[in-house]
Parts: sequence; structure tokens; C-alpha cells
Amino acid sequence: MNTQRPVLDVSHLGISYDGKPAVENISFQTFPGQTMALIGESGSGKSTIAKAIIQLLPPSACVTHGIITLNGISLPDATPRALNAIRGHQIGFIPQDPSSSLDPRLPVGRQIEEVLRLHTSQRRAERRAHVLHLLEHVGFSEPERRFLQYPHELSGGMKQRVLIAIAVALAPPLIIADEPTSALDVTIQGQILDLLDRLREESGSSVLMITHDLAVARDRAHDMIVLRHGQIAEQNTTRNLFENPRSSYTRKLLADSPAFHSRPATPERPVSGTQPAIQVKDLTIAYGSRTAVSHLSFDVQPGTTHGIIGESGSGKTTLLRCLMGLIPPQSGSVHVQGKDIFSETSAERRQRLRSMQLVYQNPWSSLDPRLTIRRIIEEPLRNYFPEGQAWRQARLHDLLERVHLPLALLERYPSEISGGQCQRVALARALAAQPDILVLDEFVSALDVTVQARILELLSELQKELNLTFVFVSHDLAVVRQIADTLSIIRYGKQEEYGDAEQIFREPASPYTQTLLRAIPGQQHSGKAKREGSKEW
Amino acid sequence: MSSFRHVCIQLIRALLILWGAFTVTFFLLQMMPGDAVMVRFMDPELGLSPEQIEAMRVLYSGSSSPVFQYFHTILRMLHGDFGYSVQLGVPVRTLIEAALPVTLRLAVVGFILSLVWTLLIAIGASLLPARPLRQIFQAIPGFWSAIPLYWSGIFIIQVLSFKLRLLPVVGVGPWEGTILPALAVSLPIAAPQAKLLLQQIEETERLPFVMAIRTKGASQRSVFFRHILPNSVTPCLTMAGISFGELIAGAIVTETIFGLNGLGRLTRDAVSGQDVAVLQAVVMIGATGFVAANLVVDLLIPLINPSLRSSAGWKETSGS
Repeated sequence: MNTQRPVLDVSHLGISYDGKPAVENISFQTFPGQTMALIGESGSGKSTIAKAIIQLLPPSACVTHGIITLNGISLPDATPRALNAIRGHQIGFIPQDPSSSLDPRLPVGRQIEEVLRLHTSQRRAERRAHVLHLLEHVGFSEPERRFLQYPHELSGGMKQRVLIAIAVALAPPLIIADEPTSALDVTIQGQILDLLDRLREESGSSVLMITHDLAVARDRAHDMIVLRHGQIAEQNTTRNLFENPRSSYTRKLLADSPAFHSRPATPERPVSGTQPAIQVKDLTIAYGSRTAVSHLSFDVQPGTTHGIIGESGSGKTTLLRCLMGLIPPQSGSVHVQGKDIFSETSAERRQRLRSMQLVYQNPWSSLDPRLTIRRIIEEPLRNYFPEGQAWRQARLHDLLERVHLPLALLERYPSEISGGQCQRVALARALAAQPDILVLDEFVSALDVTVQARILELLSELQKELNLTFVFVSHDLAVVRQIADTLSIIRYGKQEEYGDAEQIFREPASPYTQTLLRAIPGQQHSGKAKREGSKEW
Repeated sequence: MSSFRHVCIQLIRALLILWGAFTVTFFLLQMMPGDAVMVRFMDPELGLSPEQIEAMRVLYSGSSSPVFQYFHTILRMLHGDFGYSVQLGVPVRTLIEAALPVTLRLAVVGFILSLVWTLLIAIGASLLPARPLRQIFQAIPGFWSAIPLYWSGIFIIQVLSFKLRLLPVVGVGPWEGTILPALAVSLPIAAPQAKLLLQQIEETERLPFVMAIRTKGASQRSVFFRHILPNSVTPCLTMAGISFGELIAGAIVTETIFGLNGLGRLTRDAVSGQDVAVLQAVVMIGATGFVAANLVVDLLIPLINPSLRSSAGWKETSGS
């Protein structure tokens, strides 16, 4: 099939953690100038494979069998000294989370320089010139100034550029990119992936991209491997994989990815005429002299979902805090079920906080790790309802049934259940107070797509059954599209767009919304497939 | 600009702490039952009448109003005059001038030794090739903090001085005489510092950036000295500041074992003789030591941690 020599050749790789197999029988090759994507949900073993290639597995992991060679050199057989000469020089590694992957104590220029100091005999002045050139190459306009800046002075996207500069500094034959854009905003994501594509084309490096995001892989990869439970579920060219997926798991992944289909048609709801559940009028919130949110207005009708979309720093969190009445606005008003929340009595406040529940982003950290699931869900029942033990027990079972959790989970601790189950527990806890409104902050962002899809289904189901009103905050447009009836798009605290969700997705009025929609990965592929088509063999 | 402001604020805070320490000790010492004049002159063999004792008391404490005395003492102290020791009948300043160099020598040498131990333990526990060796180094802090100072002090004299005859304990110059007690005092100080540093190193090692640096091809040693260690010393530094402050206030046990006439000895004698003026002076020296050490640490930390350097304005101007 391919006459070129592979850069990386992995065959029959098996890795186990503490004796339990994590990855089994993985074989693939990567070629110069090509991008291979390793796709998989959390726990599928994709990061383990990446760490095994660069020989930095944790001590508890052990390669049980298989061969890994880089340009003919067997990596597991290399001495530590030889490995250090290969890492950074022959293999560039782009880590997952740019915000925590740079030494906070050193200027970024020095950190790029380190890789040159380790692998070249360049003198100090040469290294400096090389670093400045690299900074420019990855898109910094003032390399001298950036050289001296510390990581905390740079944004996430800028830090990722620095890390890419480190990875490509010596034009390594292999670049491993471990979820290179998962922690970045969607508009930044596109820029970073474009940069990576450009550098790959220029240097002819082979890129191994590890990602959970099918849409990103579809845009960027020539070939793909879908991993499931540490085994290859499907290995295919990108085009074939999307056009005729061979494995049923791939088909399920595709079906669950929000990026590839729009909201299932929902029956029109009667929305006009009723009193809005939430009414925000001309809301401005300031921290000292800095305005975080300015002149925001929207209505949310009972039983509908209002989506709020914004990138990091857009003022989403501030807006939510104000909606919950936790911080006062500078001007404007928030009415919940007709009542102004900033002029309520303490009894009214207690009543409102019961009927309006906030559900947080991170599935694990929002549940007290020392309490059992039973105690976690029971807490609001005890707080809000004086009824006795028998009533609570019945209610508890009812709540679990609503969120489709087995009763057996009740005596477990949050650390013993999965992320999706944690989010179901968080939902059950919120529902225990019998609320009318749920404010969901990045509720599914930390979940795998298949789990995400189930949770979104559950939310729609609960909304119909209990006539709940949702405020759904997310940075992920594809997810919001699945669930929102109306939509606000905010940027730098200003409302860029507000209105019917489908309308906005179909005909975005503001240029920013258009940029956002264009930046969603997974739609470039048609153009890309054509462009890359000629290169395929 | 703003770092200058930071230094000023820290200085003002330090002065306030000193003033607070003075005030609290002054009134606490006033409240003590009995007084030094009683302790010294009540002895029936001296045959002094109550009137004569009262006259002595007026002689030593000036006026009887505590508020007047408070301001009087503060003003005197600002001029470097600490009053007279009732016990010994000499100016407190003379006593301090004799004791302070002894204690300072012990504090500085002991402190430096403790830093050396801390660093050696951290390096041994992180970089030694064999795992059992690393584990031995990791166990040292717990072991050292379990040894009482009076025991290790006597042990050091017995072994190093009497058995091995490396250094005499009596009849030596001030610096040679400091080595053994400094060694004794450095162990219990190094133990918690090293424990904290080891914990912090372990935490730093788990941070994603350490893995990212390994992927650049840096050796374990280079990663440790360039990245892990500098990112781990901050909490240890805070603790070192506190330890140094404690040393300045005088190491009573160590000074007693090694027969040093430092602030610790002076404190012990002043407490048993209820010598208020001496106690007040010793407390102020100890407080100054604490405050100065912590001030130095607070000013050092931003140099090690760039993200703590100045603040607010930076982030907003740099984002583009």
C-alpha cells in the first residue's frame, strides 16, 4: 500500500497497569508528512500508547509485548542516555494542557532554548536567535518581548504556541500531539491546528495526533485509528472511516457526536403569553472599574432552554453568579418568576434558591468525596422537606429512577463511579429540591461524546416530564445546538447575538457568531478531503 | 513601582508586629506575681526592712504608674537603653552585648548547616540510583525529628569530642566552640524543613510540566536541579524563616548542654530571677529576629516565583 519507509512502526504493542492489560495488540505505522489520529474516549488507552512511544510510562505501567521502532531504532531497547537524545530531537511532544505544561518559574524563551541547549552545540547567541526565529514562526509578532515573558503572562493559545515551538524546534521526524487543543477555545483551536498542519507540511514530519474529538480528527488526519478499551476498533483512512465506517463502535461514535448533526426536531412549544421564568434586563456587572458584563438582556420562557455561549473570559461565570443572586449588578435587573431577585426578603430568597438549582461543570469535584451517593442526594431532601425517613427513601428511589441510576450505586462514593454517573448524581441532587429552573454550567463539557449524548437525552426527557426551565452555559456550540431553544452569544461581556437558536445557527447575524460557527471542527473536511484527495494512494 | 510599595507595606507591618510584641510582653510581665526586687532582697539574711525594699523598688523601676513606665521604656529602648538588671545590678545592654554574639554565631552556623542537610536529603532522596537508598534518605527527616535535642547534644559531645577527640568542648575559640552546638541544633531544624521539601518535590514531580520537560530529552538530574527543585523550595523557605527566628530568640537547651553564655542562658536566668528588664529585652530581640527573618523570606519569595511578582496590571496588558 505504501512504498515509503514508515517513521514510526508500532507492532503488536501490549501494555498493562499493575498486571491488568490496558492496551493490547496495537499495530500501526506513520509516514512522513502524514497525520495519523488516535481516537478514543477516556480510558481507551490512547495516552498510554503515546507515553509508551516516548518511553515515559509511569512506573506502574509495563510494556508486556510488541515492538516500537522509530526510523528503525527500537525505542524500548534504547539506554536512558540514548532516549534522552531521541526525546525532543527525534520526537517532538505537544502536551495536553498548555496552562500547566510550562515551568511557571522561567521565561518562555528560556524554555524553548532548553531543547536547543540539550541537543545542539549552538552557542548562547545562536540559540537566542534560533528561539526568536521559532517564536516568529509559530505566530508571535513581538518575539523579543515574548522571549522574556513568563507563562502566567500568556493566554492558553499563546502557551500552546510556545509548546509547539518547543516540539518543532529541531524539526523532529515524529511529532506526537496529545490532545493539543482540548483545553482551548474553539476559535483558538482552529488556529493552533492550522499552525500544526503548516509546520508538518514544511518539515515533512509525521504527526501522531491523540484526540477524543472526532471532528478535529476528521479535519486534520489522513488516517485514523479508533480505540476502544485498549484495542483497535477500526483502522482506516479518514475518508473511508466517515463515509463507510466498518465497526459498529465507530458508527455509534459518529451518531453521538453533536458536531455531525443538528438538533432533533422538537415539537413547537407554546412560549408566548406566559410570564418568563427568567427575565434579565439591561444587566451590567462590574468588578471595581472593570466591566465584566454589559447591557445584557434575555428572557427564558418556562419549559424551554436558553443557551449561553462564550469563550473563556467572556463573562459567562460572572453572569451565572449574578443570575443566582450571588453578586449584585451595577445596573439592570434579574427577575425570576416575576420577582426581582435583588429586592427579595430572606424567606423569598430561600424559596428562590430552592426552585433554582445550579449544577456545576466538573463531575467529580462538585460532589463531596467523603459522602456516599445516598447522603449526597439526601442532603437537599433533609434541608428542604420536613417529611420523615420513609418519605425520603421513596423520594430517593424516585430520583434515581428519573436519572436512570441503579439503586446499587447508593452506598458508593463519588470516586467509585464514572463521570457520567457523577453528573447523573449531581442532577438527582439538584432535582431533589423540586426546582423549576436548572442552571447548568458546562454540564457535559468534561464527558466523552457517547456519555454526553446520553446525558443530553436525559436532560430533554426531564425537561418534558417536569416542565423544567434550563439555562445551559457552554463553550461548545455543537452541544448547545442540541439542546437550546433560544440563545445568547457573549463575547467580552457583550451580547453578540440573542434570539431563536436554530435561526442563529442557520443565519448568524454578527460577524463573531459567523467566526465561531466556521471554527467548529468537522465541517472543513469536505474541502480538505478534496484537497488531500490527490495525495492519497 | 508596585514592588517598592510591597516592600514598604511589609516594613510597616514588621514595625507594627514589633510594637505589638513589646506591648503584650510589657503588660504580661507587669501582671506577674511578685517581682525581681522581692526575689533578690527578701532573703532574711540580708536583713532589709520593708521600707528599704520599697526604696530599692523605686530605684529600679522609676515611677510606679505602669502607663508612664510603658512609654518611658519604649522611648528608652528606641535609644538602645534597656534599663538595669535587678539580679546582677548591671545594665541589660551589657548583658545582651555579651550574649548576643554567642547566640548569633550559633544561629547562623546552625541555620546554614540545617539548609545543607535539607538540600542533601532532598538530593539523596530524589537522585540516588538505587530505590532502597532513596528510601533511606526519605526516612531521615522523620527519624531526626524523633530524636530529642538534649540526647543528640550529649551524643555529639560524647562521640565527636570525648571519643573521637575531633573538637574539644571547653577552652576553645568562639567559632570552634560553635561548631558542635550548631551541629546539634541544626538537626531538629533540618528535619521539618527537609520533610516539607520532600513532600513539595513529590507534588511538583506530578505536575504536567515536569513530564513535558522530560519529553524535551532532559535527564533526571537536569530536570531536578533546573525545574523541580526551584519550583519546590517556597514553602520550605517560609519554614526556614520561622526556624531562624526561633534560633535568634536563643536555644536554651543547646546553650545549657554546651555551656554557652548566649541569650538562651540569659533568658533562663532572667526567668528564674523574674528579671523583668532582661526578659523584656530578650523578647524584643527574639521578636526582631522573627520579624527580620520573615521579612527576608517574604521579599525573597517573589524572586523565586515570577507569578507572585508585582501583580494585577500584568495579565491584562499582555493578553493579545
